Amino acid sequence: MFALKISTRLFIALLFTAAAVYVPRLAGQENPYIVAYDHNLEEPGSLEVEYFSTFGTQRGGPGFHGFWSEFEYGATAWWTTEFYLDGQSTFGESTIFTGFRSENRIRPLKNEHFVNPVLYVEFENVNEADKILKEVEGHDVESDYAVPNAVARRERDRELEFKLILSKNYKGWNFTENTLAVKNLSNDPWEFGYALGASRPLTLKGATHRCNFCAQHFIAGVEMYGGLGDRYSFGLHNTSHYLAPGLAWNLPSGWTFRVEPTFGLNDQSHQFLLRCGASYEFSGFGEAVERLFKGHRE
Amino acid sequence: MKVYGLFLVCGVLFLVVGLEPQAQGRRGDKPGESVYSELEKAPAKYLEMRNPLAEDKDAAIAGGILFEEHCESCHGKEAVGGKKAPSLRAPEVRKARPGAIFWILSNGIVRKKMPVWSKLPEPERWQLVSYIRALNEEKTESRK
Repeated sequence: MFALKISTRLFIALLFTAAAVYVPRLAGQENPYIVAYDHNLEEPGSLEVEYFSTFGTQRGGPGFHGFWSEFEYGATAWWTTEFYLDGQSTFGESTIFTGFRSENRIRPLKNEHFVNPVLYVEFENVNEADKILKEVEGHDVESDYAVPNAVARRERDRELEFKLILSKNYKGWNFTENTLAVKNLSNDPWEFGYALGASRPLTLKGATHRCNFCAQHFIAGVEMYGGLGDRYSFGLHNTSHYLAPGLAWNLPSGWTFRVEPTFGLNDQSHQFLLRCGASYEFSGFGEAVERLFKGHRE
Repeated sequence: MKVYGLFLVCGVLFLVVGLEPQAQGRRGDKPGESVYSELEKAPAKYLEMRNPLAEDKDAAIAGGILFEEHCESCHGKEAVGGKKAPSLRAPEVRKARPGAIFWILSNGIVRKKMPVWSKLPEPERWQLVSYIRALNEEKTESRK
């Protein structure tokens, strides 16, 4: 535990050092989605460091705060890779590290089309106490999250998750649909889920002056997601579903802030979740690492 | 153990692709092919497009701010080019039709590290086109 604390402190120190050293800025244009993905990948060579929180109500147990950090790197213009560290705090119980995830998103087509597919593959190694609700799949229901941390953390989930992301940007709007299939690497059946999203900036034209609060920097949207059962019981029976209006504020300095109140749509869902996040985009991160390994080239 | 093997493979792949030389403007081109040749690949539908903001004097100003926010880190200050992306003050860009520049912005050149900017609304992409055109007009005027 002490070792983890040291490494966490070291990591935070390194992160702040990196932020303190000059890194060219790149303002993102991030949609407000927290669960759904669109086809807009990270710019090549850019590293986006993100932190998200999910505060949740829990019937039959104490409320919780699930949190995670994401490191999203644009390896190329058609491939984005991400690494996550998850944790949670259950009020009145404990705060624990729950595991990590690694994901890759690949854009197979080089041009924009009527609908733009992106292939998504994720490996996750988390324990059963994980409460970030980054995706909802299979028969995930609210009562699964009422198990005390001391018990839930003993069981580990190693899963492969596949998504087909279909997304389109049209007249300032983004529409996206994600279909997901998850396979626990133990002997559990395939589980399925979905996420849908729509978003639009508050205005479509850029302002003629530099500003942080111009309408163009705010993107409003809504997402809906839920489980679709598993291989043996596909459908909506005993599944949870959520509707989440959200707002993203993309600052020209490279910061993005998101907030998303989330409402459960049936009795199997958490009644209310409040999600929020902050991210910063380091442009030229790839070049900096390249210089580190290969030295300067004039 | 298999899991760690998987991570090792992913890590090596990440380093190989992630640390490959950044686009120098001509990386990935066929021999003799300039990066600017992508402008010629714009479909006729785009080539015929007119900039709906061509008469809007503010469009280039707003485009300049958008350029600073989204493009400058690769294309350099005032679009003179950088290590990662080519100059937008080249004769090929000056001669390009507005629709061709708009097409590149909307579709990117993903195999050559130019991201897709369709996430910017169309009016903002046209504002960027106005700015790029204005930059090149400035250059032409200063030569006269």
